[in-house]
Order: sequence, then C-alpha cells, then structure tokens
Amino acid sequence: MNQWHLCLAFFRVGILGYGGGPSSIPLVQKEVVSKYKWMDNEEFGNILALANALPGPIATKMAGYIGYRVAGVLGMLTAVLATIVPTIFLMVILLTFLTSASDARWVNGMTEAVVPVVGVMLAVLTYDFLKKAKADLGWFWMIVLAIVSLVVTAFLGIHPAIMIVGLFIVAIFKPDSKKQGGSS
Amino acid sequence: MITYWQLFIAFFIPGVLGYGGGPASIPLVEQEVVDRFEWMTINEFSEMLAMANALPGPIATKMAGFIGFQQAGVIGSLIAVFATVVPSLLLMILLLRLLMKYKDSPKVKRLTMFIRPTIATLLGVMAFQFFQTASADSGFLTMSSIGLISFILMERLRIHPAFVILAALVFGALFLG
Repeated sequence: MNQWHLCLAFFRVGILGYGGGPSSIPLVQKEVVSKYKWMDNEEFGNILALANALPGPIATKMAGYIGYRVAGVLGMLTAVLATIVPTIFLMVILLTFLTSASDARWVNGMTEAVVPVVGVMLAVLTYDFLKKAKADLGWFWMIVLAIVSLVVTAFLGIHPAIMIVGLFIVAIFKPDSKKQGGSS
Repeated sequence: MITYWQLFIAFFIPGVLGYGGGPASIPLVEQEVVDRFEWMTINEFSEMLAMANALPGPIATKMAGFIGFQQAGVIGSLIAVFATVVPSLLLMILLLRLLMKYKDSPKVKRLTMFIRPTIATLLGVMAFQFFQTASADSGFLTMSSIGLISFILMERLRIHPAFVILAALVFGALFLG
C-alpha cells in the first residue's frame, strides 16, 4: 500500500511542480506531512535543510530519501521514478515531434498562472516554519537567526549551503549547556 | 560505448557540483553539453531549456533524460538520469541515516532548532521571487488575484493543492496565453 501511495504522492509532485525542483518543495510537504503523515514538519525541515546543503537536484534527493525512509530501497526507486519519469516522457515526446510547442502562448499562460499558486504555498510554509521556530527559540533568537540568514543569503549572495553547514557545525560542537540560541 | 561514458561524465559533474537544486545546474549542463561535448548548439540548448521550463517537474532530470535520449536512445537517457540523480541521493541517504541514528541526542535536536529560521528564510525568499516573476509576467493584479483565491481555496477551504493547480492551469491556458 505504501508503494502505491508513494507512487501517487510523487507522481502528483512531479507533474504539478511548475518551475523546477525547488517549486515542488511545498507540494512534497503537503503530500508527505499533511496527507500521508509519513513524518512531522520537524523531520521534513531536517530533510529540506540537508537537501539544500548537498549538491544536485532538490526534488529527487527529497523523493529518494523519503521513499527510502517510508519503504526501503524499493520505496526509494518508486518515489524517484514517479517524480521524474512522467515529465521526462513528456519532454522527449514533445521535443521529438513538435519542436516549437514552447512558443505556444497557451503553454506559457499555464505556467504563468501556476507561479502565484506555488508562491502562496511557499509563503504558508514559511509562516509555519517561523511559527515553529518561535515556539522553540523564542521571538528574539528566531528573529535574529532569520535576519542573519536573510542578510547572508539574499543580500550578501552567499550560498545557503554555507550557512546551513555553518549552523550544523555550531550545533554539533557547541558544548551541551542550557538551551541558548546560536551565534552566527 | 564511448557515448555512454561521456553522457555519464556530462551529467555526473553538474549533479555533484550544482548547489541549489536543478535550476542551479543549468549553466553547468550547458558547459558540458554545448562547450565540451558539442552535442548541441547554444540555440538548440536554449530551445530545449524553454521547453524544459514550460513543462512541470524537476529541470535537471528533464534535460538529462532528453539529451541522453537524443544521443544514445533509451539507455543513454537512463545513464544520464542515473548520473544526475544517484550520487547526490546516496550522499543524502547516508547523511540522514546518520542524523536519524542520533535523533534523540541534544545536539541533533539543537541542529533542528537552529536551522529552522534559515529554512523559513529560504522559503520566504523563494515565495517572494515567485510573486515577483508572476507580477512581471502577468501583472500585479492578476498575480495577486490568483494568489488570494488560491490561498482561500487551499488554506481556508482545505482543498488539495493538486486541484487548485489544475484550475490555475486551465485558467492560464484560456485567459493568460
């Protein structure tokens, strides 16, 4: 049953994720956390952090790991294939038979209309993560860490992987004292 | 045989060097496919990229699947996709297994906590970029109407995003083309 659910969940993720792998992040969260409840938002957040810190496509890393975590190696294969095969198939067929379908105005119209929907899903997910961060760290450290992350990644243009690896190191090597926020 | 090996190399490199997901690997793929192995001209590459952008799903695997198929049929396609997906996925599974083994240790708990605001920021910045793109492509009013309606459908009426996205696709094909 899990195999079938994995297949369905990641088929939807692959076929609905307009704008490349990263836009499928909120879709994966919806399927994996809200619908099938294979994991909580906390675990999903860790997976997302690591997927961001490692090289390579985000969508297949998430699909592959979640498939593996839910149903072993077979689950991994199911989830990855369900994510990528339908769209590769479409791509090969469309590009082999009609070279200029991407010029079709209605195709572009479809993509345009989906972008704000994904934007809303991302914004909702952002809110969920901030709320959870506030519950754990308190207002002060949540805001400090969020602002530092924003400045480092968006304004200084430093790759988020570096920020995430930095936080990993601080968390692992900081001596176990009372819970206190991290310096950056 | 040599093509298979070249396909593996051409997609293995973007797969392990492309930080930031599939879209970040586009220039790396271009370098291998256009500059190094000369399988495509820059024009053919941008035509393919336009199609890859118009279709749903991860960009990197769509490019790998198509270029592999074009160069060496179904097996070529399999090799290129394998080279894109598997190395980084293995790394991911190994590291997460390690993390899960120690998931009750205070260090890993702290890690989860520290990282959350950063993830929120990354998602927030992505949301902003999506709204910006939509606003540039179809105007602020259209963007915010679609955004508001989809927010109400998904968050208030609890409709699965699949249906909301399908509705948006139909709307876009009919009215935004």
